[in-house]
Amino acid sequence: MLTYLVKRILGMIPTLLGITLLSFFIIHLAPGKPTDVMTEMNPKITPEAREKLEKYYGLDKPIYVQYGMWLKRIVKMDFGESFSTDRRPVIEKIWDTKQKLIDRRLFITFFINLLSMFFIFIIAIPIGIFSATHQHSMFDNISTVFWFIGFAMPSFWFALLLMMFFGIYLDWLPISGFKSMNYESLTLPGQIWDRTRHLILPVFVSSFGGVAGYSRYMRSSMLEVIRQDYITTARAKGLSERTVIYKHALRNSLLTIITLLGLSVPGLIGGSVIFENIFSIPGMGQLFYMSVMTRDYPLVLCILTITAILTLVGNLMADIGYMFADPRIRAK
Amino acid sequence: MNIFWKRFKQNRLATAGGVMVLLLFIVAAFAPLISPFDPNEIDRNSILEPPSEVHILGTDDLGRDVFSRMIFGSWISLAVGFVAVGIATFIGIIFGALSGYYGGWTDRIIMRFVDIMLSIPTLFLILAVIAFIGPSIWNIMIIIGLTSWMGVARLVRAEFLSLKEREFILAAKAMGAGDMRIIFSHIMPNSMSPVFISAVLGVAAAILLESALSFLGLGIQPPTPSWGNILTLGKDNIEIAWWLSVFPGLAILFTVLAYNLVGEGLRDALDPRLWQRGR
Amino acid sequence: MKRVIFLLLIVIIGFIGAGCKGKAGQGPAAKGAVTTELESSDGEPAYGDALIEGSIGEPSILIPMLASDSASHSVAGQVFNGLVKYDTDLSITGDLAESWDISPDGLIITFHLRKGVKWTDGIEFTADDLMFGYKTIIDEKTPTPNKEDYLQVKKAEVLDKYTFRVTYEKPFAPALASWGNAVVLPKHLLEGKDITKIDFARNPIGMGPYIFKRWTSGQEVVLDSNKDYFEGRPYIDRYVYKIIPDSATMFLGLQAGDVDMMGLTPIQYTKQTNTKFFKENFQKFRYPMPSYTYMGFNLKHPFFKDKRVRQAIAHAIDKNEIVDVVLFGLGSSATGPYVPNTWYYNPDVKDYEHNPALAKELLKEAGWEDTDGDGLVDKEGQPFEFTILTNMGNSLRNNTATIIQWRLAKIGIKVQIRLLEWSTFINEFIDKRRFQAVILGWSLGFEPDQYDIWHSGKTGEKELNFVSYNNAEVDSLLEAGRRTFNMAERKKAYYRIQEILADELPYIFLYVPNATPIVHSRFKGIKPTPIGISYNFHKWYVPKKMQRHSMMEQ
Repeated sequence: MLTYLVKRILGMIPTLLGITLLSFFIIHLAPGKPTDVMTEMNPKITPEAREKLEKYYGLDKPIYVQYGMWLKRIVKMDFGESFSTDRRPVIEKIWDTKQKLIDRRLFITFFINLLSMFFIFIIAIPIGIFSATHQHSMFDNISTVFWFIGFAMPSFWFALLLMMFFGIYLDWLPISGFKSMNYESLTLPGQIWDRTRHLILPVFVSSFGGVAGYSRYMRSSMLEVIRQDYITTARAKGLSERTVIYKHALRNSLLTIITLLGLSVPGLIGGSVIFENIFSIPGMGQLFYMSVMTRDYPLVLCILTITAILTLVGNLMADIGYMFADPRIRAK
Repeated sequence: MNIFWKRFKQNRLATAGGVMVLLLFIVAAFAPLISPFDPNEIDRNSILEPPSEVHILGTDDLGRDVFSRMIFGSWISLAVGFVAVGIATFIGIIFGALSGYYGGWTDRIIMRFVDIMLSIPTLFLILAVIAFIGPSIWNIMIIIGLTSWMGVARLVRAEFLSLKEREFILAAKAMGAGDMRIIFSHIMPNSMSPVFISAVLGVAAAILLESALSFLGLGIQPPTPSWGNILTLGKDNIEIAWWLSVFPGLAILFTVLAYNLVGEGLRDALDPRLWQRGR
Repeated sequence: MKRVIFLLLIVIIGFIGAGCKGKAGQGPAAKGAVTTELESSDGEPAYGDALIEGSIGEPSILIPMLASDSASHSVAGQVFNGLVKYDTDLSITGDLAESWDISPDGLIITFHLRKGVKWTDGIEFTADDLMFGYKTIIDEKTPTPNKEDYLQVKKAEVLDKYTFRVTYEKPFAPALASWGNAVVLPKHLLEGKDITKIDFARNPIGMGPYIFKRWTSGQEVVLDSNKDYFEGRPYIDRYVYKIIPDSATMFLGLQAGDVDMMGLTPIQYTKQTNTKFFKENFQKFRYPMPSYTYMGFNLKHPFFKDKRVRQAIAHAIDKNEIVDVVLFGLGSSATGPYVPNTWYYNPDVKDYEHNPALAKELLKEAGWEDTDGDGLVDKEGQPFEFTILTNMGNSLRNNTATIIQWRLAKIGIKVQIRLLEWSTFINEFIDKRRFQAVILGWSLGFEPDQYDIWHSGKTGEKELNFVSYNNAEVDSLLEAGRRTFNMAERKKAYYRIQEILADELPYIFLYVPNATPIVHSRFKGIKPTPIGISYNFHKWYVPKKMQRHSMMEQ
């Protein structure tokens, strides 16, 4: 099992390298020297800053040397300085050690995505199982409709509708930010409640599509498994339907879902740009959007690389989950 | 082919989807004839009017008719959807074919590249590229195309892997047919149906993506009407003009739904396993 | 909120939210002010509570002399004071300077500084700090757009701890007003340091009514009241400048109680704030702002060299339509570079009525005619097609551009609109002259001197005459206007400039918007005047029983 894990992690290295190569390619996307674009398009760049940038990318050296140099810094998590006026190292903008953990951008995005994934998992799976075991029932049909709509629903539109209904019409939930203005003066339970209220709509929006999709995958994977011979055998042995479904069928269909969930990480993180923007949540997605708008290239590339790494970690977690669920791998 | 049509038509949902898609095509093609107003006609006397008999879907903050703008917006959605998917399918087929046919290192490198592309969140990748090259309708189409070919590549590769060992291919090889000939005239035509399905579903995904980009202000630039940027106005006026949010959103929802229904219908109709099982 | 009023500073305004805020109004202003009457039964002034102002833009730097955007000035203006400021009747009154003497020829100004003013770190403010600030601003290494006025000074001297004298080479009419900009810097903290590199710009120490507390990037800047402020301790204990990048979200925050004050957009002012809820909880204000929005042409571009083409475009556009649609009537159409109700505003200049037929005729005279029947006018085989640039995030300008585009299409001119991120727009397109036409705005003080904008010697890179306007008569009038203290002569010069500009149309002057701030009604003591509402921010208060935020956190 350990060797499998080590092999798996080693296998990630070429992908990781590829990601950095792709990011590097994007920097060189624009014609001319990359720093030309950066400095010319960005007024806040003084000549010294420009020189610094050129040194940073080693522009007088051959391209592979440039890549090597850049890679070395990235490994040390040095992504350079932001182009915005505060000129802070970009990594500090994403992970500001001066702030509380819960207010750091990367943490906020990570936390919301984790919550969404959790909800997708605990909601989609029961729906899927129930649909599969009650195929063609009313519930199954409704969940099919739900699936089609969930798949076709633009998440930003859904967010707008929820804001209109819960935020404005009913006035139940806050529709922007990650904490209230008076947060600091609240008691601890009050603070937790305040955060929770701010999280409800964003988490709901970001897990909605996932719930629709995964309940469907779960259903079909369950149906597939139920048709297998060993399930028929189990039934023939006289095991109760409960045992058959939850002990034998469920475990096997979970395998598929875990793999798929790992693959869904990039989609989820990608969605953060949208909902963090709509709900004004100070996470990494919002920062990314702002950096794109202001052409803060070091920040754009830093976040791009970090999301890719997050995705890989997500995939790895899925693999580990798979390992625990699959007795064949566990045995090894 | 006949069985296929029969099966497709039996699927009521898919048929409904097909009709909706057809309708959209007609609307987009005859936009100037259908729309009651010039989509860019500004009217100082009808700013932000709710739906009425004159403006059936209301007006926006410049007094322009939302219905007319949505009709013209449907053309943008279609164009972006089709061009982007065209690009994605083309790249996907080439990479998939090379990968599946040659195997070995070619396969490993291409598949690794696919993994890399898949591990960067698409929206982040697209926005990063837009930061460097700027938004325009052509850039949007191209970028969406360039970032959504991976699924097709995997599909084509799988088809190639299973087809290249079949007798008729081996026979063609034995007769001395060149690689290119085998790829393009023998394997390719036989592996196209799943590609076609994924292209139909891809159009839906591209339309969603375009609307999200336009909504963020990094897609189709106003005043060119697109559903996404009408929704941006909806967000800006969320408290006073619900019609600016509701209708374009519904349009996107139903369009995407229609393509998905057609795609699913095609999949069911083309999947021989499902025929045997008789569902 | 800009407490220090920038007397002479010309700021290119980017965002409505920022542009609307705390800018001084003028004229018999506030005549349109929709205020709830302040009643004496509101309760006694009391210390405490906090005011949260929403802003679209984030400050970039908190040293007033280095900042060129209005968000930075709003915050820095609470931390620093100038030597002089505008009184509510637009006359100049003392701020850090208690009084001043001007020599009969107007060339020498001697400032007598207020005694006992302390920097918030406890060190006394003296003429040395003033000298230090002055030297910093004229230093060529200091990157500031506000240098020009101080370069007119021939000699500056510190006579004693509280006396500062400046001598001008030539008469300079805007001289006194220019000392209203915050030129003072704490010498004891900054001497010998590179002002662009130090932490001070993000953690400033001043002597103004508020003390800098913290700045969380992308979120908020927090200031606490200066209990030793020389004009008395401000009543409101805390001022929070909250950054919310879009005005719809900000408006929701206003209703939720997260924001106490913001600049309303015209739609919000006219359509969204007339409910019972708003009438009970908020006070709205409306007054003209000394700023205007225009469409500027690149006069070096072959299309726009011909005056008749510019006049044709003016006739094709309906300014009143723009005011109605874009501003919801909250403003007036502009005819020149000055706003109405100032002593230098010429009410009798030529205006261009909406007349597409005349516009077409003028185009034809200039050689533009639709010869190939494609609906676009052309000349020598080239169709008339151009791009208007403006900045992102300003729906007013974007909408204005859209209306112009639509109107010009009707006379056979095709217009593209390109929205650019603010800093890219200014630095890459305006400064490098890479544009055909732009929509922008100028935020002005109450001084008619617009030498920097119209003089033909100010067309260099980064200089403000970016349309490359060149008219010898205007040049000499501008010079005449700033070199005399005789009001009648100045008035004559500026009247004539307006006539010429109205005829030549280097810009099409579009509209003068109103400022439309809204403040929560628990804040009392707000008195709208020609210079706006925020000039007396330190006197605003919330009666004890209405206070909302307690300052538990320190």
